[in-house]
This record gives sequence, C-alpha cells and structure tokens, in this order.
Amino acid sequence: MSLHVDVAVTRGRFTLDVTFDVPAGSVLAVLGPNGSGKSTLLQCLAGLLVPDSAAVTLDGRTLTRAPGVQVPVHDRGIGLLAQDPLLLPHLTAVENVAFGPRSQGVRPSRARAQAREWLRRADAAELTGRRPAQLSGGQAQRVAIARALAGGPRALLLDEPLSALDVDAAPAIRGLLRRVLRRTQSAHSGESGDGEVVPDGERCAVLVTHDPLDVLALADDVVVLDAGRIAERGPAKEVLAAPRTAFTARIAGLNLVPGVAAADGLHAPNGRFVAGVPSGDCLPGEPAVAVFAPGAVAVHPAGAPHTGSPRNVVDARVASLEPHGAVIRLRTAGDGGAETGIAADLTPASVAELGLEPGSAVRLEVKAASVAVHPAA
Amino acid sequence: MRRPSAGQAERRSQPRRSQRIRRGPQRHGPQRHGPQRRGPRRRAVAAAVLLAVATTACGSEGRTLNVFAAASLTEPFGELEQVFEQRHQDVDVRLNLAGSSTLGSQIAEGAPADVFASANEPVMADVAGDLGGEPHPFATNRLTIAVPPGNPAGIEGFGDLAGGGATVVVCQPQVPCGAAAGRLAKLTGTTLRPASEEQDVKDVLNKVVTREADAGLVYATDVRAAGDQVDEVGIPGAGRAANRYPIAVTARAAEPELAAEFRDLVLGEEGRRVLRKAGFGTP
Amino acid sequence: MPWVLWIPAGLALALVVLPVAGLLVRTDYARLPALLTSDAALSALRLSLVTALASTIACVVLGVPLAVVLARARGRGVRLVRAVVLLPLVLPPVVGGLALLFLLGRNGFLGYLLDVVAGVSVPFTTTAVVIAQTFVAMPFLVVSLEGALRSGGQRYELVAATLGARPWTVFRRVTVPLLLPALGSGAVLSFARALGEFGATITFAGSLEGVTRTLPLEVYAQAQADVDSAVALALLLIVVAVVVIAVARPKAFDR
Repeated sequence: MSLHVDVAVTRGRFTLDVTFDVPAGSVLAVLGPNGSGKSTLLQCLAGLLVPDSAAVTLDGRTLTRAPGVQVPVHDRGIGLLAQDPLLLPHLTAVENVAFGPRSQGVRPSRARAQAREWLRRADAAELTGRRPAQLSGGQAQRVAIARALAGGPRALLLDEPLSALDVDAAPAIRGLLRRVLRRTQSAHSGESGDGEVVPDGERCAVLVTHDPLDVLALADDVVVLDAGRIAERGPAKEVLAAPRTAFTARIAGLNLVPGVAAADGLHAPNGRFVAGVPSGDCLPGEPAVAVFAPGAVAVHPAGAPHTGSPRNVVDARVASLEPHGAVIRLRTAGDGGAETGIAADLTPASVAELGLEPGSAVRLEVKAASVAVHPAA
Repeated sequence: MRRPSAGQAERRSQPRRSQRIRRGPQRHGPQRHGPQRRGPRRRAVAAAVLLAVATTACGSEGRTLNVFAAASLTEPFGELEQVFEQRHQDVDVRLNLAGSSTLGSQIAEGAPADVFASANEPVMADVAGDLGGEPHPFATNRLTIAVPPGNPAGIEGFGDLAGGGATVVVCQPQVPCGAAAGRLAKLTGTTLRPASEEQDVKDVLNKVVTREADAGLVYATDVRAAGDQVDEVGIPGAGRAANRYPIAVTARAAEPELAAEFRDLVLGEEGRRVLRKAGFGTP
Repeated sequence: MPWVLWIPAGLALALVVLPVAGLLVRTDYARLPALLTSDAALSALRLSLVTALASTIACVVLGVPLAVVLARARGRGVRLVRAVVLLPLVLPPVVGGLALLFLLGRNGFLGYLLDVVAGVSVPFTTTAVVIAQTFVAMPFLVVSLEGALRSGGQRYELVAATLGARPWTVFRRVTVPLLLPALGSGAVLSFARALGEFGATITFAGSLEGVTRTLPLEVYAQAQADVDSAVALALLLIVVAVVVIAVARPKAFDR
C-alpha cells in the first residue's frame, strides 16, 4: 500500500525525470527552488498532465501508464491542498467540506455530518456556517484541509500549503497538518468512524515546498529536485542537516540541534541549552529541534570577548572549509549538540583575516532571535 | 423623427446603386463642373439631412437644386436630372430619394428641399405649410402583383391574396403603397391576409425576388424596374385605386424660378415621356 | 481620480441623456395615454416582451455551453470560432437578417429541408423574431461569460475534481455557480439587445401586428405616418428598458 511514481516528461527544453516511492502512512517532501519541476510533478500526479512516459500507481492501482492509461482527475483518489485554499465562494465552510462526500454519492445529511466532524478535527467547528469571504487566510486553510481530507483521498498532494499564510498563522496550520498527516499521531483518530474513508495510518502524502522548515516539520523523507532531476534523497532530518551535494546544501543546508523544547529555547541531549524562539505549536517538554541558518552564525577567534546580545556561544574546532557560492562554508567537528557539527558562512576576506584552517579553534555565536525551535517530526 | 438606421441603409442601397451604375460614365463628362464631388455629396444627402445642409452651405461655384423625390421615381427622375443639367450647364441637381413619408418628415424638420415630388397626396398635404406653390399631379402609379419567375404559387389575381396558402407580402397601411392596397381591397371587397406588412415597396419586391414570398403587391413601375427578376400578374381595375403623384416647389426654395423650371420639366412633354417609359401613368 | 475626467465623462453622459431628453420634450403628453393603449401598441409591447424573454432564455441555454467551450477548449480552431461568434456584433443587423433568410428562408438549405421534411416555414413567424433576436444578442452573453471564465481560471474546477466530482458535477456545482454574476449581467445585456432589435427582425421575420411586429418595428411603422405615435412608442420602449435594467441591476452589476 503506497504511492509509486516513475515519471518522465519533456516540455520544451525542460525535462523532468524522477522516480520515488511513498510508503503508506508516510509523508514525502519534494524540495526544490522555483523551476525545478515541482509543479510539473504535481500536475502529473493529479492527472492534469499526461507525461511522455510514466507509471504512477497508488495502492497497486495504476493511475497513469503513459502512453495509454490516464485515470481522470476525479477518479484518482488523490486529494489536493494548494497554497490558496480555493474554497468555493458560493458555499459555506461546511458545504465546502461536504462537497467531496456529496460528489461521491453520500446522502446530503450524512455528508453534512461528516463535514462537521472533519471541521471539528481541523479545529474549525466554529466556522461551519461562514462563507469563504468571511474567513481569514488561516481559517480558510483549516477549512481547506478539512475539505481535502473529507474527500477521502488515498494520497494527498500538498502544494506549498503554508506559503500564502502570514507568519502568525503558519505555525498553527503547520501544527494541524502535522497532526493530520503524521502516522504517529493517528492513534487518537479512531474515536469516530464517521467520515473515515481511508484510515489516517494508510494515507500517504506528497508535500511540495521550497521551505526546509516545512520538510523538517511534516515529512519523513525528502527528495531534492534540481532542474527536473533528483539531486538527493533520504530521511528528511539527515538530508537537511548533512547535505551531501552542494546543491542541497545551498537550498536546504541548515544547522539542526535536536532536543526537548523549553519556553525560551531547547535543551540538547548533551545538557547544553540553546536559546531560541519556539514556534506557536511547540510545547515545552515535547521533542523539538532548534534550527538556524549558516549565515546566522558569527565566527570569532577562540577566546574572543562576548559582543553582547548573542545568547548562544560555542567553542569549537574547524573541521572543513569549502567554497559555497560567494561564501566559504565552515564546518566544525561534531560538537555543540549538532551531531554533524555546525555550519557557518563567512566571506573569503574574513577567512583570511582570521587565519582559519582546518583545526583552528573558533568561538561561534548565534543570536537567539535567529534560532527557531520546532516540534520534531 | 428619423428612421432607424438599419432599415434605412437597406432601403437606400437599391436606388443608390442603380443610380451610380447608370451615372458612371456621365460623371467624367466634359460638360460638367466639379463632377467628382457630386456622387459623395448625394450620398451625404441621402444619409443625413443635416450633413446635406452643411455641404450645401460650403457649396460650389455653380447653382444647386435639391430635389426630394419618392423612391419609386428613382429611374425617371435620374433621367430628368440629366436632361435638366444639360439645359442648365451651371446647375447641379441633387436627388434625395427616399420613402415619401420620410421625405415629408425631413422637409417638416427644415431639410433644404427646393422641389418635392411625393408618391401620394396625403403626404404632400401634410407639408402644405412648407410649400411655395400649389402641388400639381404629374403621374399615377397603379398596383400590380409581383410573383417570382414562373409564378410557383399559381397566383391568378387579386382574389388569391386573401389567404389560402400563398405567402403574401404587402406594404404597411402607413405608406402610400399600403394605402393604395387598402383602397383596392375595399373597392374589390377583398380581405388581404398578408404574412408581413413591409415598410417600403422595395422591401415587398425584395421578398418576392428572394422567393420568400409567393406574391407581393407593388407598383407597376417596380415590376418594370425589376426586369426578369419577377413576373407580373395584372389586376384589372387597379387604375381606380392608383396613387397620384404630386410635385411642388417648396417655400424654402433658394431659387424658386429654377425650382419651377424643374417642376415644369416633369409636368411637360419630356417628363411625361420619361415617366411613361418607366411604367407610370400620366394624367 | 483626476478632475479632468469630468469633462469627457460629462460629454459622454450628455450624448446618452440629451437625445432621450429630446424625445421627452417632443412627446405629446395629452395623446400619450391613448397612443400607448392602442391595440397596435399593446400587442407590440406584449410581443416584444415575450420574444425578448424567449431569446434571452435561448441565449442562456445555448450561450453558456458555448462560452465554456470557448474558454476551456484548446486548439487552433478555437480562436477562429471565437471570431465567428463575435460576428453578429459587427455585422449590420440587416445583413444578419439576410443571412438568416439564406439559411432558414424558403430557399435556404436548412429552410428548404424544414419545409420539405416537416412542412415548417420559419420566416414571417414569431419564431423567426426570436431567432433573429437570439442571433444578434448571443455575442453579448458569450463575451461577458467568456471573460469571467478566463479571469476566474480553472483552479476551482480542478480542486472540485480532486474531491471526486465528475465533470458534469463540476460544471453544475462549480462552473455555473461561479458564473452567476456574469450570467446575470450578460443576460440583461442580451435582453436589452433583443428588445431593441430591428434590422434583422424586419428582414428575416417581416412585420405583422401581433405576429412579428415588435415595439421597434411598430415605432418605425408609425414613424411613416404619425410621428407623435412613434415618439410615444419609443418612450414606452425606453421605459421597458429602464425597468429591466433597474430590476436586474443590483444583482448583475453591483459587486
């Protein structure tokens, strides 16, 4: 029971050629910059685009075998949650959510009951009778999530579901998606059979995004797309924390420190406290990960005095120095709680000025404001 | 009250076309002055009276005579125009050809007419206040039945227009040919059952030419002008309900003497000859 | 808004309002009640309302699918088809009437067939009036709908399909409801155009009281003999048009 994808499609000079599997109950993130082929891939999966050669099977059923087989959009069992909630403006929230069941032949009263249940699970019960025009961006996306799930898809496509939301609304919706997508959270969804077409534990999802944070929060595995080809794949945390290709590092290279969330940061397993800003859905005491970009790390000679506001200071040794576009990426030996060491970006001039080379002792500083603390997937 | 433009455009196209064809070589004749400007000017008159006023105002060196004539007079008046202009080399006769009612309305609204020739007497009576002299009857036009070539519906006489399967088209009662049809129906004790009452006798003829109608009540002159596009089924006694065409000089005529000369040409021997040739009767 | 706009805006308004005002000035109010309640006027009014309504319904039933096809279909022919659909907008109505005659007239290829096979003759009937009105009014509906469909895009339809809705369900429950505002204004435009239709009607359907003589034809007929009567009828036509727009306006034009 899983989604198997093997797609090749050429549009003009662009070629998309990818193969991957999404096991039942898991979430695969497709990470890539604009133009890397993410939308083309989504269109192939949703059935909007007929690939030149492809095999898409879902739970053993062939959806696309090009050339030849192309199951139409409405019959694929693939749901879609887009950047824009796209609630039908002439229907209320509950009518929007009931649209899927109704279209599949469920009687009106029962479809409505199912819709209410899905709204409740999406924490949107109070929005039932509202029109889309009366909803905020976050509220509309909650309803859209409920609607996508109420359609009973065997697989869910998520197309940058958080990128249209403002910074205040995104964490809560990310949390909701974690809850409805993660297999580990599916235990408490067995309380009611109403509206349960596909058990949460068996539904798989493909999340398309350009934001490494979404991958970290929602996905089990990630494939990184570069100009239509998979540049790298693997478990999300491993790929993001230790990119093996320069391309992945450039778009996804992040410093990750796993641990336990606190009110104003995170406790790493080695006892170190990382000061940071917890996201809205991050509860103290729960597993979490502190995230900061290499560019946010300031590098000083060992023993340099504190410069004031940075709250996180780590002494470490330089493990490697690699050119990384216009900057030099410095990587420390495993320390500071990050298993693979900490990455920092410097200008070539700074490297020369500090006289850095592998083995040099350095003092790293990161402002608390630059560190985000997210619940761990 | 101006006519809606769509209907106007269609109705006008026919007289104008025939005029242009006939007039073609004459335009370049050496004896005329400013011949190139005449055609477009006449079109302007036909299209809009106001425009005509404007073009008249900035007129040519020579004299002009504006003759408003019923559309059924297109052929004979075109010929008489040439005759008149040959006699008066410095005069430019401009014909404004349209339905009599329309022309009457235009004159009542102040259009620059020097001579008015109407297809019936009531219209002339309506503009009595705008006339500069007594109207004189100069022609009669009797109704006849136009049928498509071969007479597919087998129309034999006026009685066949009283229903019974054939598609019959007549003029509406408000226009002269319709009024004449009404008089004829009354005289013969017939009740006409038309499929349509057209706004203009040319529309009636068109319906027959395109074979949409099996029969149309039109003027004898129309059948003559249509040539072999239609056949004619005569109506005995139609002369009793014939229209009488009056002509008069208007009160606003810029050169009443010249206008009277044109009127006299129409009333005279030359005029009668030309009118009879076109199928009119002459009193 | 730059104040300068008031000048051309005022001129534009004057161009529309002043002629109508002229009509009001010319009206013979003493004779008005008698003129408007004459059999000919009432039968023309009734015929106009019935035929304009019928042709508006025909425009909606045929025009909505056409607009959807034009907006959604892909291929080279679509551009050509779109241009053809707009033809009645630029064609003089009389030419449209002639074209209809050549198709549905006794000697038109379809008209001949109808006559021989079914014994049906279209010209000179009320049906012909409705056909002529539909011919000239349809582009107004199609153009407003197609614009709405294009600017709206297909995203809602796609989402509905991913929820399991079949194409017909999508059309019924998504496409059509989203089109309703544009459909309202398009239908009002079509009705107005059908109500004022003259040239194609008189050419294709002729003019007979109670059968094919709609208000505009009656206005024209009266103008031959009695200008006061024509003015009164024109006034009636204006009143009907204003009422239609006033009734339909709040839903159709206000957003």
